[in-house]
Amino acid sequence: MLIFEHSRTGRKGAPQSPKQKASVADIPASFLRKERAALPEVSEMQAVRHFTRLSQKNFSIDTHFYPLGSCTMKYNPRACNKLAMLPGFLSRHPMAPEAQSQGFLACMYELQSMLSNVTGMAAFSLAPMAGAQGEFAGVAMIEAYHRSRGDDARKEILLPNSAHGTNPATATMCGFSVREIPSLENGDVDIEALKKAVGPQTAGFMLTNPSTLGVFERQIETIAKIVHGAGGLLYYDGANLNAILGKIRPGDMGFDVIHSNLHKTFSTPHGGGGPGAGAVGVAERLKPFLPLPVVTKEGENYRWMTEKDLPDTIGSLSAFMGNAGVLLRAYVYMRMLGREGMVRVAEFATLNANYMMAEAKRRGFELAIPDRRASHEFIITLKNEARDLHVSAMDFAKRLLDLGYHAPTTYFPLLVPECLLIEPTETEAKEALDGFMAALEQIREEAKINADLVKGAPYTLPVKRLDDVRAARQLDLAWKASPAE
Amino acid sequence: MPFIPHTEQEIAEMLQAIGVDNINALFEEIPSHLLAGELAGIPEGMTEMEISRLMHARASQHPQSICFLGAGAYEHHIPSAVWEITTRGEYYSAYTPYQAEASQGTLQLTYEYQSMMTAMTGMDVSNASLYDGASALAEAVLMAVRGNRKSKSRKILVPTTVHPAYRKTTHTIVRGQHIELCEVAYDATSGVVSLDAIKQRAEAEGGDVTAVVIQQPNFFGNLESVDEITDWAHEHDILVIAVVNPLTLAILQSPGEWGATGADIACGDGQPLGAPLSAGGPYYGFICCKQELVRQMPGRIVGRTVDLDGKTGFVLTLQAREQHIRRSKATSNICTNQGLVVTASTIHMSILGARGLENAASACHANTVSLVAQLSAVKGVDCAFNSPYFHEAVLKLSKPASEVLAALADRNILGGYDLSMSYPELGSAILVCATEMRTEEEIGAYAKALAEVIA
Repeated sequence: MLIFEHSRTGRKGAPQSPKQKASVADIPASFLRKERAALPEVSEMQAVRHFTRLSQKNFSIDTHFYPLGSCTMKYNPRACNKLAMLPGFLSRHPMAPEAQSQGFLACMYELQSMLSNVTGMAAFSLAPMAGAQGEFAGVAMIEAYHRSRGDDARKEILLPNSAHGTNPATATMCGFSVREIPSLENGDVDIEALKKAVGPQTAGFMLTNPSTLGVFERQIETIAKIVHGAGGLLYYDGANLNAILGKIRPGDMGFDVIHSNLHKTFSTPHGGGGPGAGAVGVAERLKPFLPLPVVTKEGENYRWMTEKDLPDTIGSLSAFMGNAGVLLRAYVYMRMLGREGMVRVAEFATLNANYMMAEAKRRGFELAIPDRRASHEFIITLKNEARDLHVSAMDFAKRLLDLGYHAPTTYFPLLVPECLLIEPTETEAKEALDGFMAALEQIREEAKINADLVKGAPYTLPVKRLDDVRAARQLDLAWKASPAE
Repeated sequence: MPFIPHTEQEIAEMLQAIGVDNINALFEEIPSHLLAGELAGIPEGMTEMEISRLMHARASQHPQSICFLGAGAYEHHIPSAVWEITTRGEYYSAYTPYQAEASQGTLQLTYEYQSMMTAMTGMDVSNASLYDGASALAEAVLMAVRGNRKSKSRKILVPTTVHPAYRKTTHTIVRGQHIELCEVAYDATSGVVSLDAIKQRAEAEGGDVTAVVIQQPNFFGNLESVDEITDWAHEHDILVIAVVNPLTLAILQSPGEWGATGADIACGDGQPLGAPLSAGGPYYGFICCKQELVRQMPGRIVGRTVDLDGKTGFVLTLQAREQHIRRSKATSNICTNQGLVVTASTIHMSILGARGLENAASACHANTVSLVAQLSAVKGVDCAFNSPYFHEAVLKLSKPASEVLAALADRNILGGYDLSMSYPELGSAILVCATEMRTEEEIGAYAKALAEVIA
């Protein structure tokens, strides 16, 4: 039932606004709204009950194991939320004077510094509001760098064919054309193909390491040499930073610019689709181009840097300070982990993934890249099950929901057929991992006996499989008050 | 080991299953000379008690000032229920609803949000949100360039009465695609942009213009002549992008009602609908449009459909526009949006309803009228413009704005936004705002303090 269907004309909520409408008689009538907007008219309790009930129709980390590959669905500590929502932070206007904002600025400054330290970069900006905006900032800095040197012919961004969709979309937004570099069967970038692809047109190479295939790129130093030798820059997509946090630093691998998804590695909540934060870090030569705002420290005082400090900045990406509240949550998380905790993140995320991979193999599932060490995630291909039992990766995913597990990422990366990309994260206990693997095995057994059982899943959720085709063909994107309702 | 559940015995069992002796062996594929040593620059970990003490100390460094500062972020009342429900783990810790059957809560809520935003803006379609108001304007500009097939110029008219930070952000985001933002100056007496000025700029650009941006109320708080600008634009095949404060739409004409046929795209920042000031974010950007532009829309969109049994359900739809399918040909690179803040906003709109929002918005207007009357009665303070305004207004000061604002800040009054950086032609001027949260006593206290400071 929609909230609109709880609505009754004339029903009023709690006293949550001034009791009466104030006069707007001094505003000429032509500027005024003709008809009141059709928002629901419900009591506060009806709203609370409706949205509480809706919440119960969601899977979440707080309720379910959520091994979504490349998304790093780890526990979001409640302390991060509570401390970021202290009144002193919540009530701070974004343009309040610096002198009255030292506590907030200190957190931002230290967050910049911790991020630089754990990634091996020279400086960080916290401006980008999501991973994709971090990518935008990074690629825009690459463009600005080449332009500042009069190197105007560099119009092409290279990507491995396993890249996230945001990578090519970002390159296009920044005015570049895109060329894909194939991956080898073992998951590494095809070095020979890369050598042939680079040249005076190469602006940069965007790489996720470990890659979305769940393996560490062993040739990273060679890749850096090839790209830098051709005059290009190396971009680190930080989607998989959780796998190597504190173990090996992108700066030490030769990357010139990185973005870090704080909502993955640094455990800020995904919130059903955001807000995220996509802080960008740079090597020394890209520092002049960082997006604003950046916090600096003079003596004991913190202040914002402006265009006077960074005249070559690529500019701003939001009206104010990016997703400040998300940044505070990441700050709290990093302080709780500390230097020793960060390394453990990588170690236990990797332990969990490799254990699950070993278990998958033992239980007879085919691994996409069987001879390599998994990073913090790994891929099962269900192509045999699809061929022999006529159940697809999507069928497995839907049946897992019935068994109480959120499905792994399906059909990504695009180059592995019928794949499940599984990322357990470090915060899951062994029994959850065992339970999940047992569930996968159970589904395969079910499919052998009755494939339709699996193909019809899920059965236990608020709805059965939904008609995507109808949704796209008969667009219904908003409730409208009409006789048809 | 914070947040890691493994016992020593489990670790041993897991290593044995993998077939290695220790955890470090799992990193054997990394060239050993690249491994990081100790992260000396990062402090040791803290307990929740310790970090709690530190954060309380940091938060208490911010004095609780009385806020007359707006300029794109506003202090409004938010019902207690809003964030109590929003931070339930089922919303807070869920991912993007790609597995629709396991995400009906978020999906239905987003559909309800889209419905409410189309009702507020008078448009046909809303997406599931963008990052913030400034980046939403950038996306609206990109969308207009894709959507206006009659225009080849990629030129966008942008009056300087549009929020300066929105203009800067839009420039950052669209410049790589060879889109030109053409500024149109405002009228010095009225503080709004005249249709003549827009026409002149369009002619100076050779007549072919892709879209015009209008902010209502504009950055100065003044009300622009949106009807005549919209009608003129449509006569010339120019798309109209409305930048609006959604709370003011409880009182003001919706973009769908502008001119004879309405604006084509409406965008803005959702912060006034349930997001706390929170030092600048997270807020959310909204974007709505006419039906014919829906396939140019960036970001996620939720649609209503049915399941195998014919039961109503909700899914992400029109995904062929998006980066994970279209890659380099996507309408935008956006992936993550601001879902949790949208959750808060949807609950906020449901609890207040159209009447509650109307009362809040009208109180903002009335309080600001009172504020302007009391402040402009102070010697050395004058209204800068003669137009009708909504809940912000520009005052000219006889002393430098920065000095006045600093002296007010010392009295725990955030007196407004210093316009001298972005609008040097105004001289010493500030933008002031009084939301429904301000009382007559606070407004009186501000007037008294200003009289002392400026004397």
